[in-house]
Amino acid sequence: MGLDLIFRIVLIVIIFAISLVVAMYSTYAERKIAAFFQDRIGPNRAGPWGLLQPLADGGKMFLKEEIIPTNATPFLFIVGPSLAILTACIGSAVIPWGQKMVIGGHTVDLQVTDINVGVLYIFGVVSLGVYGVMIGGWASNNKYSLLGAIRAASQNISYEISMGLSIIALLMLTGTLSLKEIAEQQHGWNWNVLHQPLGFLIFIVCAFAETNRTPFDLPECETELVGGYHTEYSSMKLGFYLFAEYINMFISSAVMATLYWGGYNYPGMDWVLAHTGPAIGPLIGTVVLFAKIFLFIFFFMWVRWTIPRFRYDQLMDLGWKILIPLAIGNIVLTGVVSTVLKHFGF
Amino acid sequence: MESLSNKKKVLEVKPLNFMERAYLPAIIGGLATTMKHFFRKPVTISYPEEKREFSENFRGMHSLKRDENGKERCTACGLCALSCPAEAITMVAAERQKGEENLYREEKYAAVYEINMLRCIFCGLCEEACPKEAIYLDGDIVPADYLRKDFIYGKDKLVEAPLNQ
Repeated sequence: MGLDLIFRIVLIVIIFAISLVVAMYSTYAERKIAAFFQDRIGPNRAGPWGLLQPLADGGKMFLKEEIIPTNATPFLFIVGPSLAILTACIGSAVIPWGQKMVIGGHTVDLQVTDINVGVLYIFGVVSLGVYGVMIGGWASNNKYSLLGAIRAASQNISYEISMGLSIIALLMLTGTLSLKEIAEQQHGWNWNVLHQPLGFLIFIVCAFAETNRTPFDLPECETELVGGYHTEYSSMKLGFYLFAEYINMFISSAVMATLYWGGYNYPGMDWVLAHTGPAIGPLIGTVVLFAKIFLFIFFFMWVRWTIPRFRYDQLMDLGWKILIPLAIGNIVLTGVVSTVLKHFGF
Repeated sequence: MESLSNKKKVLEVKPLNFMERAYLPAIIGGLATTMKHFFRKPVTISYPEEKREFSENFRGMHSLKRDENGKERCTACGLCALSCPAEAITMVAAERQKGEENLYREEKYAAVYEINMLRCIFCGLCEEACPKEAIYLDGDIVPADYLRKDFIYGKDKLVEAPLNQ
């Protein structure tokens, strides 16, 4: 028990560190990828190929003057970014990072906790995330911040519905809310995206909206709202907001990879596992999972530098008039098809 | 009213068809376009290390030339200052003393020759006006500096390096 606890604490620290490092280097990757998409070079001054750029940016954020506007509510002004980064970080707790590892006779679970309502937990955390934005925008006492915050709230509420509905269709197939079991069911090639392509499409669109990424980045729309909800923020509090966005992107990529793209499963994994042993084999699965996550992060950035921002009424139209009916249709379709297939004994 | 150019084009607003309203085909097309750019060679020139090649008739910083024996060609006639539309050039003439024949080509020379690089518009009229072929705008871009007074370039910066030294 004691050893298990130590393993778990070590795992938590590792995952926390990894999400922070991934978020840090996502900022670098974003700038570099944006540059490549625009036929430029991107940051290349700090260290070789600009690899130390995130450290320089972080250092700059820490050293900047901390400004709390006179008419802001100081307590809530500080709570906002703290809540944003907290909810961004705790989402990673239920994601299964790999199969069970056996090291020297001890079984190590590569998941912080396998709760039986993992999917609901993720949704809960994601819904809490908007409070950070909402509180921060409200406490700034600035109309642009408030508008950004209200936009964030209404956008997240609208898209959470279709996200939840798209998940329901998936849950009808998996029959479980535990992310570990969902990942195990997709063993080898049996990935859920092959059974739920439409559901995945709805989910990924909603994931873009939930993480406030382009084309749905209306809460921080520079052209209309200065900086949106973080207009009044400076120093590391602004850094926390920006960081939270990148951690959210990492976590939602991990969730998409786990729910739809097989998580740590890959074709031929049994053969690899048999040849590398139970200590190394699961780590290869983890590497595969991270490859999938990075592909999703790349996709997030690819879309960001391709598609212009939606207009606000288009955003609402898409959410309420297209995605929700589509998601409900997907549920009906899934129910009918799986019943028919079961009837004919597939 | 009839338009003069007769280039009128009537635009009709057609309602979007289903494929256009579905967003996705257009988005995929856009993603393909950006992906094409992803693998294209960057057009960036990393400025201080690399420099863009100038065209042959590029007009940069001025240089005051020397003749084949290393003597300054400028005789301080003032035609360049006269021709300068920006009034960037000033000079003070002096008489050549005995023993200075190897420094200045003719009896009169410019003791002070100053060009205000903030005034100069790099039109090249000075080099056209010069009867002695003493001034050419064949140098590099004028470098940045902090103070206005440092943009007034004297002979120390303008005169070509002496021969064989």
